[in-house]
Amino acid sequence: MPATAATRRATLAARSLTKRYGDRTALNAVSFEIYSGELVAIIGPNGAGKTTLLSILAGIQSPSEGEVSTPAGKVGWVPQQPAIYSKLSVAENLRLFARLEKLPDPDAAVEKMLDLTELRDRARDEVGRLSGGNQQRVNVAVGLLCEPAALLLDEPSSSLDPRQRERLWGFIGPTGLGGRGTTVAYSTHDVLEAEHYADRVLVLADGELLFVGTPGELERAVGGNPRDFEVAFVRFLDEHGH
Amino acid sequence: MRWLLVKDFQILRRSPLLVALLVAYPIALALMIGFALSSPPGKPKVAFLTQVPPGQGRIHFGSQEINISSYAKDLFASIQPIIVHSQAEAMADVRSGRALAAVIVPADIPQQIQSLVTTGVGSPTVQVILNSNDPLERQFADQAIKARLNDVQQAVSKQVLHVAVADLQQVLNGGTIQFLGQNFRLLGLRNSRALVQRAIAELPASSPLRSSLGQVVGFADLAIQGLGFASPVLGSIGTPLAVQQTELAGKTTPAATYAATISVIFSLMLVTMLLAAGMLALEREEHAFARLVRGLVSPSALLAEKVVLAGGCATLAALVMSAGISSFVSLAWSRFPLWVVALAAAGIAFGALGVAIGGLAREVRAASLLAFMLSLPIAFIALVPTAAVSGTLKSALDTVAFIFPFKPALDATNNAFSGTAPGIGWPLLHLIGLAVAFGILARAAVRRLA
Repeated sequence: MPATAATRRATLAARSLTKRYGDRTALNAVSFEIYSGELVAIIGPNGAGKTTLLSILAGIQSPSEGEVSTPAGKVGWVPQQPAIYSKLSVAENLRLFARLEKLPDPDAAVEKMLDLTELRDRARDEVGRLSGGNQQRVNVAVGLLCEPAALLLDEPSSSLDPRQRERLWGFIGPTGLGGRGTTVAYSTHDVLEAEHYADRVLVLADGELLFVGTPGELERAVGGNPRDFEVAFVRFLDEHGH
Repeated sequence: MRWLLVKDFQILRRSPLLVALLVAYPIALALMIGFALSSPPGKPKVAFLTQVPPGQGRIHFGSQEINISSYAKDLFASIQPIIVHSQAEAMADVRSGRALAAVIVPADIPQQIQSLVTTGVGSPTVQVILNSNDPLERQFADQAIKARLNDVQQAVSKQVLHVAVADLQQVLNGGTIQFLGQNFRLLGLRNSRALVQRAIAELPASSPLRSSLGQVVGFADLAIQGLGFASPVLGSIGTPLAVQQTELAGKTTPAATYAATISVIFSLMLVTMLLAAGMLALEREEHAFARLVRGLVSPSALLAEKVVLAGGCATLAALVMSAGISSFVSLAWSRFPLWVVALAAAGIAFGALGVAIGGLAREVRAASLLAFMLSLPIAFIALVPTAAVSGTLKSALDTVAFIFPFKPALDATNNAFSGTAPGIGWPLLHLIGLAVAFGILARAAVRRLA
């Protein structure tokens, strides 16, 4: 469980983030804080601005207005599609990015990630021959090479089957990275993943931040007795005109 | 950049088909061009029918005889004759494709030439039958036959003029002619004039014949003078013009060397552009581009790495290709360092163009197709001789040739291979300028699509 607000330290913070593409506003004055060791899910309908928000937090895009506060250590970034080379082996991919990260001991970092991802027996296999789930684990491992204080993941489970999802969340979720104290923020279309694995959720719609709180708080915010979190989420969006 | 290069070589090593293509293509092209340049031009197979009976191919002109059959060997110098014995056989050979064309010399051609030479009336005609199925082969055979027929025509014409001049000399100076197997002495104009002058001298001063004979001597003088001019004039008609050629551009490149240079630059362009565009597009296709430029490497360094990779590989391939071609065509090995400089500069310029193309495409196939489609017109336009067109088109071609690297790469490499004009300095500067310009374009393209 997250610590109380008084004792928590913000690892990531966004203040009045606005992003415009021409006339279209993808994000509109979004502000929030993510605390050390938290798992935060960013949920919302298509086009809500989830990927844009994560891209700005990761430093891939710059905001039109507002500012981002990131931790002193690096922020790990895991894009939606595995951003690794399919012709290279698992170990070669990890070694390449470890060298590009200028880690003092790239080979040790590779060994550590092979253990963490439980892919040691596939280390010499080309990534293109791995299952989607294992590719995504390598993708996440590359994001973790620099031992970031915070890890950002853009829809990490979107292309995976249920078994692969379960393995991935075992790796990322409260029993994995979350349990090791890494701050994790991820976007997802699957609100049940947000309910199961996130300490808090950020609800975005049409570029506006509508809600920040725990899944339980979201259910309570819509009142009544919703059958499940997904129903609560849909009702919440309806009530806010989305 | 070093680790990115290592990574790209690892990827290339695991793409054997692509690497085989990149290595085999320039080698195969070099061998093909080498064999083409070092082999003599082929001779078209031509069915040849002469309907002139044996021993009848002679024409008589004045006191001399010309054997037109002896000129057939000139025609055979540029064709591969298939001797046939009837017009039907000749036509059948052309129709079947056994011969590209047929040449038929009619039976009356000696008489026609004889009549034309002696009376000015006559139309000696050689019949040429071409196979029109293949326009290129048709043109090849047509040009070979017509060129040789023109040579034969000129040779016969010169021989006739030679005979005419000899006969004129006999008319002027006298001599012996053969007619109906007997020798006859010809007095000649000069001897006739001398006889008449001697007769005038022996006539009394009051003789009325003096005036008449004086007119004959005057006519003989005029005729001798006129025919004296006629001989050299007739003699010069066969070859009225001589060509004296002067090269203002200094040392020029032999055609074979120039063709070899074109093939080397064309291969270098294809390899560099395909590799640069493809490898940059691969970063996007693998979704690694955003991850890389997010602090691991700068976009400029990533682009530079692709230029170095593609330019380096292509320069190496082009050097191998040049070495292969030098077995067939004369290339100045003493200028080898300049080969490396020129090809490397060309590789960098084409590499920069390649990454500009790769920056616009999101996937390897699109980038490769775009690079390939662009490279063909770039080469074609640079090779069009601008002196052959005029006005706006010339300006347009010059401009296009200037803004792409093919022409300066060709000039620089041409100079490196053979030391010919223009010098290598300006083309190298041009290539460097284009590399910078395309590098800026590539940077803008990847920024726009980031």
